[in-house]
Amino acid sequence: MNRPFVQVQGLAKRYPGRDGRPGPAVFEDVDFGIERGEFVCVIGHSGCGKTTILNILAGIDQASAGVAIMDGREIAGPSLERGVVFQAHALLPWLTALQNVEFGVRSRWPGHSRAQVREHSVRYLDMVGLGRALDKRPAELSGGMKQRVGIARAFAIQPKMLLLDEPFGALDALTRGTIQDELRQIVGATGQTVFMITHDVDEAILLADRVLLMSTGPGARIAETVAIGLARDRSRGSLHHEPGYYDIRNHLVDFLVQRAGHTQETPA
Amino acid sequence: MRPDRPWAAPLLSLAILAALLLVWHALTRPEAGQAAVDPAYAALVGQAAAAGGQTPVPGPLDVARQMWLHLQDPFYDRGPNDKGVGVQLAYSLARVLSGYLLAALVAVPLGFLIGMSRTVYRALDPFIQVLKPISPLAWMPLALYTIRDAGVSAVFVIFICSVWPMLINTAFGVASVRQDWLNVARTLEVPRLRTALQVVLPAAAPTIMTGMRISIGIAWLVIVAAEMLIGGTGIGYFVWNEWNNLSIANIICAILLIGLVGMLLDAILARLARLVSYRE
Repeated sequence: MNRPFVQVQGLAKRYPGRDGRPGPAVFEDVDFGIERGEFVCVIGHSGCGKTTILNILAGIDQASAGVAIMDGREIAGPSLERGVVFQAHALLPWLTALQNVEFGVRSRWPGHSRAQVREHSVRYLDMVGLGRALDKRPAELSGGMKQRVGIARAFAIQPKMLLLDEPFGALDALTRGTIQDELRQIVGATGQTVFMITHDVDEAILLADRVLLMSTGPGARIAETVAIGLARDRSRGSLHHEPGYYDIRNHLVDFLVQRAGHTQETPA
Repeated sequence: MRPDRPWAAPLLSLAILAALLLVWHALTRPEAGQAAVDPAYAALVGQAAAAGGQTPVPGPLDVARQMWLHLQDPFYDRGPNDKGVGVQLAYSLARVLSGYLLAALVAVPLGFLIGMSRTVYRALDPFIQVLKPISPLAWMPLALYTIRDAGVSAVFVIFICSVWPMLINTAFGVASVRQDWLNVARTLEVPRLRTALQVVLPAAAPTIMTGMRISIGIAWLVIVAAEMLIGGTGIGYFVWNEWNNLSIANIICAILLIGLVGMLLDAILARLARLVSYRE
């Protein structure tokens, strides 16, 4: 049987209510798979549990029910096999950009010499265009540069899967576009498997091979899976000329505006 | 304040100082026309006492003269009741630093444990809440009785007064490390000890340093009172001894020196705090 690289089955999350018993599910019955080398985006309104799903995949949160399996093994805790790019970059502010990347690299290859760790880390900072800001601390970097360091840190440990939690949400439109293009190139070149959360429809269409649409919680589910069948070498500049682009975009926007909400929640 | 006049504030400080000195001088000027007394009686009890007056409060010039004498030879030692102010300050500093460093050795690791674990925090919280508000001097008799050594008792009192701010600040700093940073360490599979040393410690360092700065301030306040009680040596004892000698000028000199040393200690800690601070 041909199982996907990552398999998520019957995932649910409930937080204990005030009386101590499990409350209503934030999301439940979440099933999906990710193939090796695939770029999957999740779109949904705030509060549908997207970040929780990502944290479960990262191993820093536990599901109330269901399993997540990667490469034949259940995800039971954090692992260097999965690199995480956090929503608010989460760089350690007392370390320089280089030291932030080295922090992970040293953990990934404890046997490496100081020079090897440095050389490896510099390579990944070069990749995101920060070769000249190695010794800057996060406070001296712009928002876009900070997020680039975060991406370099996640890529540098060469994980089997990359998890991105709305990585560009806090950036201005121009910076976001540039980094999206860079991310696309890097992922294309390395064949990285990526799971990314976003609420930007255009970002999802540009980057993803497949988009998972989540309905609004409580009791959120994956309502629909949309394959983005556009040319793999698409870029921001050419995207809106791609045949079928507007159909996909309209479909996604329609979902978010009209169908994402639960039937109980739509106003009478 | 206008930035184009950087000399304005220092100038104003000097003006205030001059005004204060003038007022002081005016208020302490010896009154003219002393009552005539029998010279034999005056020779016996001293001019001021014979005139029925009190020992006059020294003026700024008297104090300056006295200070100059002290500063010329601060480290002389002519017996138990006659040591230079430098020697006395050194005794006080030695007690403060040993009590303070002992407190840091206990408070920072313990605060770390308390901050890392909610259970430990809740278990120790009642003890801290009861022990913290006790005046350190209240421990003095107990310390003297159990330790039976005045010098060590003073160190213990310094220890007990500087331990709380460091303990509470360390626990608070460790407990409020951003979850994001801990998640970074977890997803990178950084071992617990390395996480503690390379993530939690630097993240909490500014808060810990704030506690250490509060502690050194309190320790320096407390040492004067403690040394008045234990006697023998130290700047606190010096103040008490000069009070017994009714040498007000010496007392004022000591007060000024205590202030200057306290300021110096705080400045050193502030400098150290800047070294570990970070901008987010």
